[in-house]
Amino acid sequence: MLDLIMDGRALKVAAGTTVAAALALAGDGCSRTAVSGQRRAPLCGMGICQECRVTIDGRRRLACQTLCQQGMQVQTRA
Amino acid sequence: MNEYADLLIIGAGPAGMSAALAAASSGARIVVLDDNPLPGGQIWRDGPQASLPDQARQMRERLQANSNIRHHAGTRVIALAGAKQLLVEDADRGWLIGYDKLILCTGARELLLPFPGWTLPGVTGAGGLQALIKGGLPVQDERVVIAGSGPLLLASAATAKHNGAQVLRIAEQASAVAVAGFALQLPRWPGKLVQSFSLFDRHYRTGSHVVAALGNDRLEAVRLRHRGKIVELACDRLACGFGLIPNTQLGQALGCALDGSALAVDAWQTTSHTDHYAAGECTGFGGSELALVEGAIAGHVAVGNTAAARNLWPRRARWQGFAKALNSAFGLDPQLKSLAQPDTLVCRCEDVPYSALSGHVGWREAKLASRCGMGACQGRVCGGALQYLFDWQPTAPRPPFNPARIETLMCLDDTPPV
Ligand SMILES: Cc1cc2nc3c(=O)[nH]c(=O)nc-3n(C[C@H](O)[C@H](O)[C@H](O)COP(=O)(O)OP(=O)(O)OC[C@H]3O[C@@H](n4cnc5c(N)ncnc54)[C@H](O)[C@@H]3O)c2cc1C
Ligand code: FES
Repeated sequence: MLDLIMDGRALKVAAGTTVAAALALAGDGCSRTAVSGQRRAPLCGMGICQECRVTIDGRRRLACQTLCQQGMQVQTRA
Repeated sequence: MNEYADLLIIGAGPAGMSAALAAASSGARIVVLDDNPLPGGQIWRDGPQASLPDQARQMRERLQANSNIRHHAGTRVIALAGAKQLLVEDADRGWLIGYDKLILCTGARELLLPFPGWTLPGVTGAGGLQALIKGGLPVQDERVVIAGSGPLLLASAATAKHNGAQVLRIAEQASAVAVAGFALQLPRWPGKLVQSFSLFDRHYRTGSHVVAALGNDRLEAVRLRHRGKIVELACDRLACGFGLIPNTQLGQALGCALDGSALAVDAWQTTSHTDHYAAGECTGFGGSELALVEGAIAGHVAVGNTAAARNLWPRRARWQGFAKALNSAFGLDPQLKSLAQPDTLVCRCEDVPYSALSGHVGWREAKLASRCGMGACQGRVCGGALQYLFDWQPTAPRPPFNPARIETLMCLDDTPPV
């Protein structure tokens, strides 16, 4: 198992878990807030739609194409 | 740090892996680049809730064992840097790759059409849900509705059920006659016949499509139209995709011509642009078997082994027949063009509603007036939808093709002028 911090909360996930899946394991599964204020969640699951972009260790990355790593910090409201 | 490849392959799905392995024995210096963490493309994904078929595992091992093949995972193409040179970026750095020959194996994406409520959390693509589950998304005891079109609906349902979801309905928009006609042809490809029986589900309904996703902050129910009648199902997830569309953007930017909505290739998998080849689903939807054989042909041709390529033509022809049967069975019902309402968002990146687009004559004009397609996804989602809704031909993308870091873009300044 790997430990990560998701929006300030500790979370344990199995190795090989994508950050997109971790969003749902940690809470409501949402990744970002749209221009109009709606919360959004991963849509395509394959690196196309960019709905899943989150801040991972300070960089904007796609949650669906990023595997969780030990000690990773993920923010969905940055 | 810059890099050079005799043969650069973009995409490590079945087509790209097969191309690299076919070309490897020539001793050419081969680089394979892919934006996913592991090779395998759309179909071969592993994760905490998925395991790879033997064929995929063996291909991965052979890729690794070949000392003249380098695979860059998690790497995207950002821009063209000059003649036969690309600017690429991974999680840590940006760099330039020069090449002599290039094979596009960029695959396909799902056609996602806008309908009321499709931006609610809980709504995903059909193949999208499958990919997310394989990556560890928990669906145990969730109520799932799957809708749209094509064989991917059954594959996605099978993955969801295998992971404990309750699949309430699989709504296929194609008619019973069209789907039955396709099923009758399956004995021509025995492996596929077995596959479709194992995937069949008693909740499968033809002539049925989504009308709206309902809910406040997240999905609570789905409204479907089944043979003219409206039904509502309470559910936790809706997975909706209307088939696959080829990823042609990079090919278009490189100057490769299109044939319809796919990259145009000849019998040697050569595009209209010299030294540039294409294979797999970026040249049209056809399944993994076709992608594998097209990839092998392109790999052989790129290193000059035309005899080996020619030997594979009969196998390609066989799977092209399957692709043709598939594409004609799952043609889209024109009714789907009226799913979006005036306030339905079409561009999810810039939140542009249908009403801001419907009066325009084409993509370019609509883009300038509304910012549609100018957000992070660069029109990959809304461009496909608008091509279906209004027949607007998407234009070649402008760099950066993907959001990139400033440090990466600064690599371009190191390039000598061409
Ligand atoms: C979500 C989804 C699920 C599917 N599931 C099944 C299934 O269960 N069974 C089945 O028979 N078929 C399935 N298919 C169909 C499947 O696409 C084909 O069978 C097969 O994977 C096609 O192989 P390919 O090599 O042409 O493309 P792909 O497998 O799509 O591989 C293309 C690869 O290139 C990468 N890529 C694309 N553009 C770039 C770029 N610019 N830079 C870097 N990397 C890039 C992509 O991320 C991908 O990894 C699925 C398709 C999708 C979209
Ligand atoms: S879910 Fe679409 S890019 Fe990640």
